Amino acid sequence: MSQLFMFEKPLGMRDTLPELYEAKSQVRNAIGNEMKQWGYQFMETPALEYYETVGTASAILDQQLFKLLDSQGHTLVLRPDMTAPIARVAASKLLKEDLPLRLAYSASVFRAQQREGGRPAEFEQIGVEMIADETVSADGEVIALMVSALKQAKLENFQISVGHIGFVQELFLQILGTEERAQSLTKFLYEKNFVGYREHVKGLNLSSIDKQRLLDFLKLKGGEEVLDFAQSLLENGKGREALLQLQQLWEIVVDYGEQEKLKFDLTLVSHMSYYTGILFEVYADQVGFPIGNGGRYNLLVEKFGKTTGATGFALRVDRLLEALGELKKAEPAQCILFSDERRKEAFQLARDKRGTGVKVVLQDINGVRNIDQFTEQYGEVTFLIGKAGRGNES
Amino acid sequence: MKEMITIAMPKGRIFEEAADLLRQAGYELPPEFEDSRKLIIDVVEERFRFILAKPMDVATYVEHGVADLGIAGKDVMLEEERDVYELLDLQISKCYLAVAGLPGTRMNDVAPKIATKYPNVAARYFREQGEQVEIIKLNGSIELAPLIGLSDRIVDIVSTGRTLVENGLVEYERIVDITSRLIVNPVSYRMKDERINELVDRLTSVTQEGVKAR
Repeated sequence: MSQLFMFEKPLGMRDTLPELYEAKSQVRNAIGNEMKQWGYQFMETPALEYYETVGTASAILDQQLFKLLDSQGHTLVLRPDMTAPIARVAASKLLKEDLPLRLAYSASVFRAQQREGGRPAEFEQIGVEMIADETVSADGEVIALMVSALKQAKLENFQISVGHIGFVQELFLQILGTEERAQSLTKFLYEKNFVGYREHVKGLNLSSIDKQRLLDFLKLKGGEEVLDFAQSLLENGKGREALLQLQQLWEIVVDYGEQEKLKFDLTLVSHMSYYTGILFEVYADQVGFPIGNGGRYNLLVEKFGKTTGATGFALRVDRLLEALGELKKAEPAQCILFSDERRKEAFQLARDKRGTGVKVVLQDINGVRNIDQFTEQYGEVTFLIGKAGRGNES
Repeated sequence: MKEMITIAMPKGRIFEEAADLLRQAGYELPPEFEDSRKLIIDVVEERFRFILAKPMDVATYVEHGVADLGIAGKDVMLEEERDVYELLDLQISKCYLAVAGLPGTRMNDVAPKIATKYPNVAARYFREQGEQVEIIKLNGSIELAPLIGLSDRIVDIVSTGRTLVENGLVEYERIVDITSRLIVNPVSYRMKDERINELVDRLTSVTQEGVKAR
């Protein structure tokens, strides 16, 4: 390995400089406040978890995990998402009464980049988990909250695509007969390979009607009308439940008044085995990757020892900032330059101003070489130097 | 006004076939389209922006979302495994990936060496055959490798087979058939769905796949 230069950082690790930090906190506050308004409680978990517990339960692929060993030889992971750690806490501590839990987080997660740069390996996610409520109302609530929070963050042009893994499974099982065959067809959806899907379907030993049903499935993308079309692909009632849930979800989101951003896409398969029902992704203009995703994951909490349903979403703060475009500059601070003679006066003035919520920088004038350059960055500059104008004795 | 769509096109051989296909689908492209040396070509009337990229890089531009759509060979898709939608088989630029080498030779028993532009595809193929091989990545003129003893076999694209014959090589195994695909960024696929659906419909009707589906 070549010798590292002192300025280098590991692949995908990025610094957050003051201006970006400010923009990030604005977004984080806008979204976090909305979550709090809906009664979600923020919590934190450790950055390191056991590979065997959180590492394997997480939806993130093994090769994306940062692994290390502790002094006892256990494999640890830097948390790759927040959902698995929260499921761990919920199952072991918080779920004693089996009452619905509304939790929120904003934290860095870590995912190793194998291939190239252009993507951070550590990034902040802000999200919620709604645990122990299996109703569609819970799914509707998290989607409506997400829309509402994004609006609070001043994001305008975004869209949510909603799918249902239960529908995909039921339809495929109905037509193909075995889990295994359904699974291999689902894999094409997961890989977003529609060409391969069509070729695979054409090569199957099925009636032309069934083949057409599978080919038509790829068209299940659009507004509420998609659900009727989906219904027509099913036979004898089975698989209706998933569609009923989606219908109900639609009505719930309409009642929230947030349906404008919602579209259905029944071909959406975000993960091979993680989600168990309704799932969704959020997209924004000008960003090439989803800015967030979520859905129902009823099997995860079970891995930590409690059988209960859960749903939630996670937004990526970095991509959200990209979608928001121009960073809003923070209000510049005011500056008081002082010399020793009027130090006390300067301190008092600063205290008064800070008391009214103004940001104030106090700077000993002897510490600055180029005063013009220094004062340029501040909104209002006050000079308290020399002996003249003594006052404000307290 | 319709929104602008950015399409990543592969430079070289596939480019002309892809441009022909777009014209067949009823899109008005300027006559000098193919002769330009520009890397970015705006076709304002159709609200298209074309970017001209190395074939191997098309999927990268689309994955990162700087191009909404792209035309990429299946070889690129297999090698790069980018997170993009592969929507349509355009049935152009047909060829295949094959294993080739000097006639009548066997692979080295201890450490068989394979030279290729497609290290991922080659490694996966031989692993599936139950063979562990050592991959040597080259960027072009792959046929040289077995001729001068760099490798036992090569994995490369074969369209007519002439290059192999002229260099005294023979094909040993055919790995997979290749055609060009229409690929789409997952976000564009949702955010610009109207324009993309229209393009897909029009292209479907002029490709073989469309003929068979009807």
